Formats: sequence, structure tokens, C-alpha cells
Amino acid sequence: MSTYSSKLVENAVNELAKLPGIGRKTALRLALHLLKQEKAEVELLGTSIIKMRADAIFCKVCHNISDNEICTICNNQKRNRSVICVVEDIRDVMAIENTSQFNGLYHVLGGIISPLDGIGPNDLTINKLADRLKGKEVVEIILALSATIEGDTTNFYLYKRLKEFDILFTTIARGVSVGDELEYTDEITLGRSIINRQPFEGLNNR
Amino acid sequence: MYLEKISLYNFKNYRSAEMEFSPKINCFIGDNAAGKTNLLDAIYYLSFCKSYFNSIDNQNIRHDEEYFSILGKYIVNGDKNDSIQCVQRRNQKKSFKLNKKEYERLADHIGLYPLVMISPYDRDLINEGSEVRRRFIDSVISQFDKVYLDDLINYNKVLQHRNVLLKMFADQNYFDAGSIEIWDRQLADLGHKIYPKRKTFLENYIPIFNRYFQIISNGKEVVTIDYDSHLSGRGMEELLAIALSKDRLLKYTTVGIHKDDLNFQLGGHPIKKFGSQGQQKSFIIAVRLAQYEYIMQLKGYKPVMLLDDIFDKLDARRVEQLIKLTSDNRFGQVFITDTQRERIEHLLEKIDIDHKIFDIRNGEAFEIKDQDLQNIPT
Ligand SMILES: [Zn+2]
Repeated sequence: MSTYSSKLVENAVNELAKLPGIGRKTALRLALHLLKQEKAEVELLGTSIIKMRADAIFCKVCHNISDNEICTICNNQKRNRSVICVVEDIRDVMAIENTSQFNGLYHVLGGIISPLDGIGPNDLTINKLADRLKGKEVVEIILALSATIEGDTTNFYLYKRLKEFDILFTTIARGVSVGDELEYTDEITLGRSIINRQPFEGLNNR
Repeated sequence: MYLEKISLYNFKNYRSAEMEFSPKINCFIGDNAAGKTNLLDAIYYLSFCKSYFNSIDNQNIRHDEEYFSILGKYIVNGDKNDSIQCVQRRNQKKSFKLNKKEYERLADHIGLYPLVMISPYDRDLINEGSEVRRRFIDSVISQFDKVYLDDLINYNKVLQHRNVLLKMFADQNYFDAGSIEIWDRQLADLGHKIYPKRKTFLENYIPIFNRYFQIISNGKEVVTIDYDSHLSGRGMEELLAIALSKDRLLKYTTVGIHKDDLNFQLGGHPIKKFGSQGQQKSFIIAVRLAQYEYIMQLKGYKPVMLLDDIFDKLDARRVEQLIKLTSDNRFGQVFITDTQRERIEHLLEKIDIDHKIFDIRNGEAFEIKDQDLQNIPT
């Protein structure tokens, strides 16, 4: 463990090192970099982070990140309201939006079922999704979770939980190998896989 | 297929070494801790992308150095040249290249340059827990079946998830059947893919093993290997349903292919308790030679064989038999370590076979040429 000549630097390093993918070495490099910048520049960074955390909210309907109670996608009347694409997090919404191949709505689960990470069905927005289906407007659910064993298991849980509604369940066709995260799939492959989606038949859609 | 050349930098106790090998027999002679086994381990790395002994790659970098590199040149099908390079920089991702192209998944490499190692640690197969025997089965099957390895990795992940759930439910005095059920389905699905593959492998493997054991023990003893699996009697869903209350009590999954085992018996008794030292050694050699033959049959070419400290296992007469099998073309390229130069030279004199001998001292390797051999006073 390194010793710091400044408690202020040590505190900053401790906080930075809590971020995903940042080790103590990188945290120290970032802190030293910030020390070299203009004060105003660093304040801009600080306030933008504070403001983001304080003011950004999650859409009441789909749990996408939003500046208003209801996000721009849910509010857009030109979008097809009969199809909901279920994704793990906001990065997936961005990835699918980038393909321009999908005009329906989203539902952001906020993760996938993974007991090892302490995430159970109740930690996800599954009840909210069930509420959205009660209106009978939705005819199709596209399951677009990662092709990992946890994504697969979450798909199966959702299917079990929601099959009482008279809805078509589909999964996106994967041109990518098992274990690849949706986020890393290129736009063309992802766009094509949404168009070529297939009926979900329980386990082993891999 | 054989390893023609190897270059090491900062690997374990080697600063730098380059060696050219015989396509047949190669002997590393030296004192204990001189670095004989480290050379075998470097060759093992080229086939399995990892050490036989220490799975923490960083710890295989020479003390105070920043990286190690192992470069191997193989001759395949008589004239094709393949280069394999493994580079590990301290605290970075391991780089592994075939003909200068980086692998996306290390698993894609395993099995392409098959290798069988016979080492003093093999006695763990008899003495240690069932995990060692399952690892033996898995390591052979994954050399030619990539899907098997994926299924196995997923099975173990699902198992961990399920065990965490069981523990959490027990600790919180609560139970949710729906949460367990989704993992049961996955476990059953994957278990039913893995079990038949293990079964088929053993059905083919065990007769080969029996034949080798007969050769080594001169046909005097009756040995058996039995595959013991919960899945031989019932399906996985049924097993999980029956075991549920027990699983909840013990907070882990008590049934499944993760409990599979091999029973090694000699004349109807466990070889661990009733086999003599000599019988156990013969047993293990037969396990490995049968593994060699099984892989060779599937691949259509001969794996590289590493014999670490072979005289510890077998008397001189049996080692001679083994080396004769190599000269009969039963085996391909062989690497042998020994502490006694005279013993191995004496053996090779009796058998007319292409070979090279290397003197290993403090992390340096010197080839001993035939002229030198003739100059040795007798
Ligand atoms: Zn929304």
C-alpha cells in the first residue's frame, strides 16, 4: 500500500478507485492529472457529476435514463406501442437505438438475475413490466438480454412470469457467439438480429 | 507433429535458452532444482496455454523480471512450420499467438498440439479427492470437444448461483421455489449434455486402459475402472427434486455431474488402500498411456509425451520397454527428465533411436553431442 503525502489526494484516489475498471494505480494517475488542470476545468467536471446524479431520473414507464418523468422514447407517439424490447441496462437501449432498426418501446430491467452478484428477480423492474402488459396494447415482447447463462436464465424467468398474458415472446437472433455481451455487438449484426428475431421456446435458444 | 525448437526468456529459472530437439527422444539431465521440469512446463504451456504446476502466470516470470516469453516452432505433417508464442507481462493479460496471430479465446488452441504428461503428481489421481479424477476426464474430452468445455463452464456457473441461493434462503429462513426452479432447469439441461459425453468417453477409454495395464503388469492382476455418476440411474430434474430438502439443509447442491467419480479397483478392492506402491505406479502409467492412445486415435497424429522423473515410477527394465515403444513408432516425440546421466545413456545405447541429451544447470541448457559421449571415460 502506497503512502500519500496529502490526505486530500488520498481521499480522491480512494473515491476514484471505487469506479468500475479503475484500480488504485489508475486512480492515482487520474488524480494527478486533475491536479495539473485549471481549477475551473475541474470544477466543471465535479459539478456535472453532482448535477447528473441529483437531477437525472429514470423514466417512470420504461426505466430508461431521462430528464423528465417520462422519457423521449415513451413520449414519442410515432413509435410502435405494441412491441416492447426488454434490455438489461441503458447501454443496450443506446446500442439498439444506434441501429435504427427498431421503432417500438423499451423496458430496462436494471440488470439480470444473478444470485452470485446478489441480484434476484425482485431487484429488477419485472413487476413494472407486468403492469405494462395489463393494458392489452402490447402484443410482442422481444427478449434482448446478453447471451450468457445469466441472460438465458433471466429470459426463462420472464417467460414463466409473463406467459399468462397473451403475448408473443421473441428473442433476438444472435450472429455472435455465446457469452458475448450485447453492448459489444456491432451495429449491423445487432440491427439484423432484431429484424430476424425468433420465437422464444424456453431454454436453449443458444 | 513435433517441437523442433524452443526459445525461453525469463521463464521460471531461465534467463534465456534456445534448444533444438530431436523428433524422437530428448533427455534433460541435471540435479534437482536445476530446471529440468521447468523445461517440460514450458512445453506444456505451448499446448495448454498454462503451467502444469502453477496456474498463476505472473509467478512463472523469472524473479525481478517484467515478462516471460516462450516461443516454440513445430513441424506439422512433415514439412509445415507452426510457431506458437506465449508472452506474459507482469500484471497484464497473457498473449498467446499461433503464427503471429493472437487467439481470441485460449480454449480454441487447446487440443491442436496435443500433449500427455506423466509426472510424480499423477499419484494424486489415486490419493486425492474426486475432483482430481473429474479434472482428468474433463481435460481429455475438452481437447477435442469445445462445446463440452463451454457446457462445463456454464454448468459450474449455474451451480454456483444455485448454491448461493440455497445459502441465502437458509440464512434468511425463507424459500422461493420459483427462483430455484429456473436454475434447476439450466442445471438439468447442461447436466444432460455433459453426462453422455463422459459416459461415451469412458466406454471407449477403459478398454484401452485395460490393455495397457496388462502390458505393464505382465497380465497378472485384474484392475477395473468404474464410472460412478448420479445420472446413471435417474434424470437430473428428478435427482434435484428428491434432494431438495437435503440441499436446503446443507446449503449446497448435493446431486449432479459435479459429484461424478471414477472407482479404481484392483481385484475388487480400492487400489488406494489395497494396491502396493508398484501396482499403483503401473496403474497410473497405464492411465496416461491409454490417454495418449485415445487422443492419438481421435486426432490421427501422435501427441507429444513428457515423462517427468520417470525412474521414480518405473524400474529401468520398464523404462526401457517404454522407450522401445517409441522406437517402434508407437509414440512420437518424447521428453524425459532424469538426475542420472549414466542411467539414461546406458539405456539409449541399447536402443537404436534418434535422440538428444541436454545437460541442465542452474537454468541453462547445453546439448551434449555424440562426440562428447564417446569421450566419456568408461
Ligand atoms: Zn421511457
